[in-house]
Amino acid sequence: MRHLLDTKTLSRDAALRILDVAEDMADTQQREVKKLPTLRGKTVVNLFFEDSTRTRISFEAAAKRLSADVINFSAKGSSVSKGESLQDTAQTLQAMGADAVVMRHGASGAPRTLATSGWITAGVVNAGDGTHEHPTQALLDAFTIRKRRFGADSRGRDLSGLAVTIVGDILHSRVARSNVWLLHTLGASVTLVAPPTLVPQDVSAWPVRVLYDLDAAVAEAPDALMMLRIQLERMNAAYFPTEREYSRRWGLDATRLAGLAADSIVMHPGPMNRGLEISADAADSSRSTVLDQVANGVSVRMAVLYLLLAGERDDDGRAA
Amino acid sequence: MSTRTVLHEADIARALTRISHEILESNKGPENLVILGIPTRGVTLAERIGSLVSEFGRESVPVGSLDVTMYRDDLHRNPTRAPQPTQIPPGGIDGKVVVLVDDVLFSGRSIRAALDALQDIGRPAIVRLATLIDRGHRELPIRPDFVGKNLPSARDERVYVRLAEVDGEEHVSIEGR
Repeated sequence: MRHLLDTKTLSRDAALRILDVAEDMADTQQREVKKLPTLRGKTVVNLFFEDSTRTRISFEAAAKRLSADVINFSAKGSSVSKGESLQDTAQTLQAMGADAVVMRHGASGAPRTLATSGWITAGVVNAGDGTHEHPTQALLDAFTIRKRRFGADSRGRDLSGLAVTIVGDILHSRVARSNVWLLHTLGASVTLVAPPTLVPQDVSAWPVRVLYDLDAAVAEAPDALMMLRIQLERMNAAYFPTEREYSRRWGLDATRLAGLAADSIVMHPGPMNRGLEISADAADSSRSTVLDQVANGVSVRMAVLYLLLAGERDDDGRAA
Repeated sequence: MSTRTVLHEADIARALTRISHEILESNKGPENLVILGIPTRGVTLAERIGSLVSEFGRESVPVGSLDVTMYRDDLHRNPTRAPQPTQIPPGGIDGKVVVLVDDVLFSGRSIRAALDALQDIGRPAIVRLATLIDRGHRELPIRPDFVGKNLPSARDERVYVRLAEVDGEEHVSIEGR
């Protein structure tokens, strides 16, 4: 694997390979000594043009558990705030000998630009770009669903026959987009539930079904119910009348929680707005996989860095 | 290119039987033994040796697998390898006599990686090494305790171990230039 830029173009085999390697990484995280020497001498740069705590520390933990050196670069208070271009930033990282760049950017497609620009030879991992994709989040969600469903028997299996319902702000969500493509590739059927104002204008090309009523979606007993965060910082255009109304119609409250099938799981990518899209009852219930998702995130990101960095490289430093 | 079979099915069975007796002899019985195979074929051999040792020693000896992929020093020289599962028996390895089992001992680098991997899992009292084939050309100061067959070879020859459970056939062959 040379880069990980999206899940739309990720094949089923490549996705399963990442998930299966993540199983092995997860096993090593149960040990007393969690650190592996695998990526000793490699340098991973976390290049974050947008605020992020969870994703950045997850990638940082993953790189450190594999013994890679980590350089954190956040745009705030850096050369970027002085007006440096992406090209100059990238070439600086190249000169420092970065082997992988984990990039988050507000502009959709920025990681692809970096990966195809020729400015750097490092592998690029998309850690969220605009409203485009967030592939490692989708991979860790798929890993979590698979693990909850199949347990120790997960290796090599896809998600065929499972129904996943994604609820909330689909319009702004790169997590939703990455999940739609990946879950579809892995054989799951995906349903989106949102207020009409928060569904993208044209989703006819997406392999999904769209509903507007959460109660109807809950009644269908999906295997996983994924609640998305209402991104309050993006709600300036009044997509719904009030938070209370959103919570009443599209929030996962105790009643809807009780209506789910016995083995359904409740997922949330975090950070949660408790009382808005998810109630405390749901967030803290035994169905909730929120903390599993965090732990699995480290394993999945270790797998991605391993597959990106551990293999053979040619004279230009490119992964074969 | 010429291929020559050096061990047939019965030879492999005899070698494993002898190794199993030698393990019991050197350990003075089956107590405290843990047998760990190195994937892929080392695990198959470890399972066979484990059941023989259990049979001869009249006591069940735990068997597991130890993946060394993430401890190798040649990762960047080869296409990316997929790690294999590591399964440590429930009793762990602390204070145990661990017998590592591999199919072919060559440079010794896999065994070095295995020793590093073991260290991250626990602290065995003793670590021993059993291998079906020792073909020489060591690059590190590592030697086996139990050997099925010493097979003098040229460095550029290839040794193939084929086991029924993995390959559907059972023999060891060497392929010359």
